[in-house]
Amino acid sequence: MASTHETRRTKGIDGSRRRGIGLHAALVAGVLLSAFPFYWAVIMSTHTSSEIFSYPPKLLPGTHFAENVRSLFDTVDFFGSMFNSLLVACSVTFLVLFFDSLAAFVFAKFAFPGKRLLFVLLMFIFMVPAQLQAIPQFVIMAKLGWIGSMTALIVPAAANAFGIFWMRQYMKGAIHDELLDASRIDGANFLRQYWHVALPVVRPGLAFLGIFTFMGQWNDYAWPLIALTDPDNVTLQVALSQLNGTHGTTDYGMVMTGALLALLPLLIVFAIGARQMIGDLAKGAIK
Amino acid sequence: MATLPAVEKPPAVVAEVHVARPRTGFRKYWHLYAAISPFYLLFLCFGLVPVGFSLYLSFHRWDGLGSMEWAGLSQYQYLVTDSEFWSSIGTTIVIWAMATFPMIFLAMVTAVMLNSAVRFKNLYRVAYFLPNVTSVVAIAIIFGSVFSTNFGLVNAFLQAIGFDQIAWLNTPWGIKIAIATLMTWQWTGYNAIIFLAGLQTVPGELYEAARMDGAGPVQTFFRITLPMMRPVLLFALVVSTVTGLQSFSEPQVLLQNTSNDSTFSGGPGHAGRTMVLYFFQQTFDNNDFGYGAAVAWGIFLVVVLFSIINWRLVQRRGEE
Repeated sequence: MASTHETRRTKGIDGSRRRGIGLHAALVAGVLLSAFPFYWAVIMSTHTSSEIFSYPPKLLPGTHFAENVRSLFDTVDFFGSMFNSLLVACSVTFLVLFFDSLAAFVFAKFAFPGKRLLFVLLMFIFMVPAQLQAIPQFVIMAKLGWIGSMTALIVPAAANAFGIFWMRQYMKGAIHDELLDASRIDGANFLRQYWHVALPVVRPGLAFLGIFTFMGQWNDYAWPLIALTDPDNVTLQVALSQLNGTHGTTDYGMVMTGALLALLPLLIVFAIGARQMIGDLAKGAIK
Repeated sequence: MATLPAVEKPPAVVAEVHVARPRTGFRKYWHLYAAISPFYLLFLCFGLVPVGFSLYLSFHRWDGLGSMEWAGLSQYQYLVTDSEFWSSIGTTIVIWAMATFPMIFLAMVTAVMLNSAVRFKNLYRVAYFLPNVTSVVAIAIIFGSVFSTNFGLVNAFLQAIGFDQIAWLNTPWGIKIAIATLMTWQWTGYNAIIFLAGLQTVPGELYEAARMDGAGPVQTFFRITLPMMRPVLLFALVVSTVTGLQSFSEPQVLLQNTSNDSTFSGGPGHAGRTMVLYFFQQTFDNNDFGYGAAVAWGIFLVVVLFSIINWRLVQRRGEE
């Protein structure tokens, strides 16, 4: 470690080493701050409410996790709403990947009348805020009889401007024109080109868009809160909010257990795709 | 980047001599239009029609059930004099500023540190990004307990060092601090990673030249790093403006238990009632769809206005 009686000659090396240690200490402190709420949730979800209420606060995990989990499962249909969330997130992700990549392929690699106009329109659509759509969407969904069902969440999200724009940027660079020409000469039609030439090349891009879409859908809250009018048939986020609304001032341990368990699937998805996702996100921002 | 796969030869098709007439216009391109149509159809039904309809709605009175009644400009006339709407704009901007400036500062510091620390960079990036992928609902519940008056960690800490407890979620500034802290926590890492990517694009020769000229680290940062980071900074500001000015989930979940009349009320004294919360309250609690639509257009204007201001600010600083 840094010793102060070093000779002048080694002071430079020693100084930079010490600076490095200080740097890592600061960075680790940041990591701890990032991770702290998760740790706090673990502590809260492993204690009873009376333990939580006592002073000084508990700083280490307790022993009542199983108990909290049991009362959570007794109070809300946790797996039912988790199934709903999975259904919505998976369907939307699948549909978005297909529709967005197909449209992006067209915008990236083909010329046709009206292309410019349609693409400019796409960029504008990007900027339409959700509140402007919320009321009419609700009215339309009610007319269609979709209010209260997961269809109301899946259908409007099945294709989006961001995904098309992002995949187009990706495909422009990744798919080489010679490859498309070669496949055309070999007699491949448009769909074959999409399926056999474009998709295999842009698989990393699809992975990013897929993870991004899944997480966005999994975490979506405002629209499901409005559209899912049957309190017994909701997504996980809405169920969690209901739980907090009805038991948030009484049974903290249970509510916190719900919050913790709701985070888990997402953390797993993130753990699988984190490096790729962060890399692509950063790339997109500095373009 | 992915390696290019060898082009698979499609199964031997006997080369048909295709003597079709030269196709033009739609018939020639129909498959391309078909391929992009799902998005545009969805947008038409659930995007464009709704936006038009919400404009139409804002000139009417409607409770969502009965018949619509023409209201002319009266919804907008009410909007510009509605002190509750104006105070929700103020609340939103105050919370946004309280979250954004510390967030950008901390993110910049973190990014500069990450840029110089070579080891474990990827590990740090994953750890810092973690808050951003977690659901706002779960996190707001957790933060609610950190800021709880009776057993919250913040108050326990205050008590331990001899201060009085603060009813965080019951006082105007406490509410704003709690919401802003949550946002800062959730977005600092995200911005740090974006900034890091920006820092890595600054050519090393620039720093080399600055060192030769005897510039110190502070001077280097303000003369080289910051100007080079302008586009990335703009990106971060725009994202934080658009998301921050439309914040809804954070105050809604954090404050839903603090009031009995509405889960969209934004806590005692409406201290945490952002513009979007006010929109939800007017629309879905009061069933005032016409006024709700007018509020939505008001929010849209505020967001556009701020985006323009942001853009101008960053532009000008670059020209100096």
